[in-house]
Amino acid sequence: MGLDVNWALRWLTLSAQAMAEHRKELIELDRPIGDSDHGENMDRGFKAVMVKIAEAPPETAGAALKLTAMTLMSKVGGAAGPLYGTAFLRAGTALGEASDIDAATLASAFQAARDGIVARGKAESGDKTMVDAWTPAVDAATAAAGDSDVLKVLVAAAEAAEAGAVSTDPMLARKGRASYLGERSIGHRDPGAVSSALILRAAVGAVE
Amino acid sequence: MTVKLVVVSHSEKIADGAVELAAQMAPDVLILPAGGTDDGRIGTSLERVMAALEQAGDVNSDGIVVLTDLGSAVMTAESAVEFLADPSSVLLADAPLIEGLVAAAVAAQAGADAAGVKEAAEAVYRPPAAAQHVHEHRPPEATGDFELINQAGMHARPAAKIAGGLSGMDAEVSVNGADGASMTELMMLGAVRGTVLHIEASGPDADKAVDYLRGLITAGFGEP
Repeated sequence: MGLDVNWALRWLTLSAQAMAEHRKELIELDRPIGDSDHGENMDRGFKAVMVKIAEAPPETAGAALKLTAMTLMSKVGGAAGPLYGTAFLRAGTALGEASDIDAATLASAFQAARDGIVARGKAESGDKTMVDAWTPAVDAATAAAGDSDVLKVLVAAAEAAEAGAVSTDPMLARKGRASYLGERSIGHRDPGAVSSALILRAAVGAVE
Repeated sequence: MTVKLVVVSHSEKIADGAVELAAQMAPDVLILPAGGTDDGRIGTSLERVMAALEQAGDVNSDGIVVLTDLGSAVMTAESAVEFLADPSSVLLADAPLIEGLVAAAVAAQAGADAAGVKEAAEAVYRPPAAAQHVHEHRPPEATGDFELINQAGMHARPAAKIAGGLSGMDAEVSVNGADGASMTELMMLGAVRGTVLHIEASGPDADKAVDYLRGLITAGFGEP
């Protein structure tokens, strides 16, 4: 059994809930190494996504992710807007019109999302960015896709993203505003990697 | 028909102010601001950038050059271009926002094409040494010496007129060693009234370039 538009809509709803619940935590993470607006921006962006979905419910998972992309790019404001926007846009394009998403398609959509983030932000693994959550997530999802079980793919991606976020603690920031801090960025967790892990964890909870 | 410009900034005030500044030197160029978020906060908005690109694209198809400020403005502009039906009509200039915009506006006013406008914006970035190196290889095909007669000497507006006019010509021009296509270098000469400017030009439009500068400088750039 694959995933459908209802999974995508639950995923986005759970993501919005996660951003609201972790708003303060993301702000606190962003304070020492950014401009303390990541939690605020993500919360506002996903609340706007919920409004858009309610206004005109998308009919496919791909359409839902593309709508999310447009909304995040317009409402988030910070660098996370175009980065998550590109991720959801590329993932939505990868899903196409599919109404029954299998494990391989799901893994390739995550891969497209990660490639979009890398293309847009020009960050590499180890730069202390959301790429450090996404790249292990994509690797784990791709490895898990062999079992043709979408839930396994989602769980593998979420767990790897969470570990990836933790792995940013000792890294020296080389992209974004945190990179201006140089050595002082060491010892802080990257907020974009944390929000990425929260979103990928929400994708697991969305499976019924 | 001129190239259109779009200014993407995190701040609505910066975008509006930059447009106001550049418009003074390029009254016939359409320059559209796309600053701040939809609800007036600091940040960039895909919708605002796309609206500006669509408005600029509606007027004609001469091309659009986009100037941006900090990091995520660049990403938002790139994303907006990705959404467009014809991404090839839009060029992103990698240049300091204010200096680049003024140089781009002046080039567009002078009739440069989109690639020329982008180049004019990006030329303000380059260290003077790199620009001078280029000139060393070619002997001048036309030269001229003209005295600055306007009261204020070489300030922003004369520098813009020189750089702008030259950007539409196929010639390499130096003015007392400064790159004639670079507003910044011309202004850095610090030339006051009474200074004699030595012009060296090479390339197919060398004579035309020297004539153009003679006209401008001997008329005091139309200033007192």
